[in-house]
Amino acid sequence: MISWRAIAAATLLAAAAPVLLAGEIPPDARRSGYAFMGADTRAMQDDDTSNPGMLFVLDGEALWAKKIGSADKACADCHGDAQSSMKGVAARYPAFDKALGRPVTLDQRIILCRANHQQATPLPYESRDLLALSAFIAHQSRGTPITAGDDPQAKPFVEQGRVLYMQRAGQLNLACTNCHDDNFDKRLAGAPITQAQPTGYPLYRLEWQTLGSLERRLRSCMSGVRAQAYDYGSPELVALELYLMSRAHGLPMETPAVRP
Amino acid sequence: MPTTRRQFLNLAGGVTVAGTIPIVSLRPLEATPAMLNTAIRNVVGEAQIHTGRVKLDIPPLVENGNTVPMTVSVASPMTADDHVKSIHVFNEKNPQPNIGNFHLGPASGRAQVSTRIRLADTQKVVAIARLSDDTFWQIAADVVVTLAACTEEMN
Amino acid sequence: MAALINVPSKAKRGDIIEIRTLTSHIMETGFRHTADGKLVPRNIITSFICRYNGAEVFRADLFPAIAANPYLSFFTVAKESGKFEFEWIGDNGYSSTASASITVE
Repeated sequence: MISWRAIAAATLLAAAAPVLLAGEIPPDARRSGYAFMGADTRAMQDDDTSNPGMLFVLDGEALWAKKIGSADKACADCHGDAQSSMKGVAARYPAFDKALGRPVTLDQRIILCRANHQQATPLPYESRDLLALSAFIAHQSRGTPITAGDDPQAKPFVEQGRVLYMQRAGQLNLACTNCHDDNFDKRLAGAPITQAQPTGYPLYRLEWQTLGSLERRLRSCMSGVRAQAYDYGSPELVALELYLMSRAHGLPMETPAVRP
Repeated sequence: MPTTRRQFLNLAGGVTVAGTIPIVSLRPLEATPAMLNTAIRNVVGEAQIHTGRVKLDIPPLVENGNTVPMTVSVASPMTADDHVKSIHVFNEKNPQPNIGNFHLGPASGRAQVSTRIRLADTQKVVAIARLSDDTFWQIAADVVVTLAACTEEMN
Repeated sequence: MAALINVPSKAKRGDIIEIRTLTSHIMETGFRHTADGKLVPRNIITSFICRYNGAEVFRADLFPAIAANPYLSFFTVAKESGKFEFEWIGDNGYSSTASASITVE
């Protein structure tokens, strides 16, 4: 009887624990890149008046209220005060778009909004105005736990991203998981290897000396393993971004983060 | 055009070989200790430079040489009779030896300045203060610059 | 282009206050080359001035070794209520200004 009870208890425990796929980091062990960086870089992020990412947030705030395009509309004309209307939004992105039948990133949502509702010229990926707008919007979600990928319609794309994350690539034949699941807390040359939790994008990278998107970061990782990087906005990068955000489930948004 | 590490390497005259991952140490292209001395003499002239009174807070090991936080402070009462007139910061191995000149006075109240600087390589940083009696005081700090492993292609 | 200014809105007469400024600027060194080998011309902020009710209280000469989006922190004595004016001057006729007010009791 006792042994049966023990087995029953063990089964219950197993059912209560979250389902983790091989190599994945358990939820309570997930840590933002913030936890891996030095005191000086943390201080730069913590104080809004010394965080250079806030310069882009300020620019984005001005763009939010600026009427543009043949529709002569500002973001604010439809969405009102971003502090309330955009709160928590970035924590859900990339989000499934019903009309397109696929997930779109926050940058792509801004580009779509400009085309469909403002009838304005598209902003190129990584352009200052696009980064400023996405930084301003994502900043409204600072502190909000990440929930991207929860939408059942997004699940196949999360899975596509997971496959890409696990897939070896490039002349160095490394998958994302080989560094960021198997070897975080160790160092690669002088730099700590993080868990690749994208909690603060767009973020100010000291290396770049400017704000940049998660796609820019993914592309530099790909060139790091000597792989051909996917194009900005490609379905592969969007799927990877979606998987990474779903993997960071529950971690608070930090935009604009500062990283070395 | 965003600043990329690769371009920064180019600026310092370092050559990156594709496939090289370990710590990249850059060789100086232009600035040399002789240039550093000349830059210092341009500010100080023939005056003697004393050691002390100046404090230089800079991380001994920096995460990225493109943005290094730095604070210089000088022990001074900052009165009309006894204050810091200026603080000058130099480096040894960037393409140019000057980093910044900061002009203060009794209205400053405290002789302390912070900024963020670029260091192209592991090198010495020198801070010199000119006091109201026209004496010069200096401090030097060695900074090790490490570079991240994954570089970004030039775009 | 944005600038972030941090000046305490209130202070007691004689207090030593910290002023922090951060401004958007690429600080192009003039030592970099494009992929096809052309030198990217220097484009930096060369000087920064802070005036307190018209009188200069802090000035800086900046060089290419100052990081992009220059950050400066310095101190001054709160003497009277009024206005701080900030001015950044740079290559190619660059100039930008900002201001902040303070109440001194």
